[in-house]
Amino acid sequence: MACEAWREKLDAYLDGELESADAAELSAHLRGCAACAAEALERMQIRRSVAAAGRRYAASASLRAAITKSIAAKPTKPGGWYWRVVAVPATLLLLVSLAVSWYVEREKARRLRVYSELADLHVAALASATPVDVVSSDRHTVKPWFQGKIPFTFNLPEVQGSEFTLLGGRVTYLAQTPGAHLIYQIRKHEISVFVFQDGATETVGLPSRAAHVLSFNMESWTQDGLRYFVVGDAGAGDIAALSTLLRESG
Amino acid sequence: MVSGNKTAEGAVYAIEVPAQPLPAATFADLAQPLFDQLYNFARWLTQDPSEAEDLVQETYAKALRGFSSFQAGTNFRAWMYRILRNSFLNSRTGLGTAVPFDEEEHETAAVDRSTPESVLIAQASRETVQQALSELPLHFREILLLCEVEEMSYQEIAEALAIPQGTVMSRLFRARKALRGLLQQKLPGGRHGM
Repeated sequence: MACEAWREKLDAYLDGELESADAAELSAHLRGCAACAAEALERMQIRRSVAAAGRRYAASASLRAAITKSIAAKPTKPGGWYWRVVAVPATLLLLVSLAVSWYVEREKARRLRVYSELADLHVAALASATPVDVVSSDRHTVKPWFQGKIPFTFNLPEVQGSEFTLLGGRVTYLAQTPGAHLIYQIRKHEISVFVFQDGATETVGLPSRAAHVLSFNMESWTQDGLRYFVVGDAGAGDIAALSTLLRESG
Repeated sequence: MVSGNKTAEGAVYAIEVPAQPLPAATFADLAQPLFDQLYNFARWLTQDPSEAEDLVQETYAKALRGFSSFQAGTNFRAWMYRILRNSFLNSRTGLGTAVPFDEEEHETAAVDRSTPESVLIAQASRETVQQALSELPLHFREILLLCEVEEMSYQEIAEALAIPQGTVMSRLFRARKALRGLLQQKLPGGRHGM
């Protein structure tokens, strides 16, 4: 084989990467070829000088100490992975449940605040010298009266023939939102009916259900974008009956 | 005198296969002995002491975190170098030093080197060689360091640099040629012949 061909393999040979059969042949060639041997020697010398020159930098003692500390004796607890597998979802679960209960508590407080305010409105109206601004038992009088005073309209039920009597109505405000306040009577009990737009901040998302707040019975629902509250010291049955009448007319 | 000086380590271990798997070496057992050479390599890459320190620390931190994904039986040292090098390439300094794509797969070594200069090159001082190394492009510098200083096999270099073995060979060849050229320039009155 020509020297050219051997020299192409010389680097791999010197790097210890030539297969043993080739390496043996090349070794034999070098023993007999002075030019190739000189070339090999020179490349060896350059390798050695690079190896020597390349070992140049020593790390500071402080870095050595820092690295040693950072990697040493991280107690690889058996089951460490297991702990993580359990701990991560558990933590998430705890966070979620905390968030949920916080939200629930907040909603409960908000609901109570709204109901209390409505109860206040109910009591304040009845205690006032003029509980209603439009005095009429006729729904066809009361309903038009609200036109232009509140930003929505609503239907009122025909209560003729029931135990309920419409006393009249007034404009009211819940959290700066105007709404209709109607007062009905049943067996000496006054019942307030509040109607607001459901978009009003304080009422959004309130559950539709009956409640018993501050000894008042209360029922609430949404219908056609309106939020109804029925509040009074009458029995829960009467509150429910009036609510049904309102729902059917709405 | 003229012979490959790397031992075939794999052959020794292949003979005895332990019946029970050996207790797994801890990260510290494997990584601690590499500290000096990793720092040296980091310093050659960054050419800056404090950047080298940061790089080594980042490398150990990443390797420790990723140790569980390290495949037992593969080359730990090459793995560490690969982490270090990737960290460097992603660093501010390293971003500007992209490795060129257009590497020729093969070049012949058919240059007559029996000139008087080559003897001088072989005897270049340590300082001259260091100067030349630091002037080499990064991808030449690192492969020469891995091969000559760390005495890595082509296979290890391929793993550390994430390139095929064929590219290791051709890049090594070109790196050595580039180094020779630089040394030639640095020899007293040695600019002729370039």
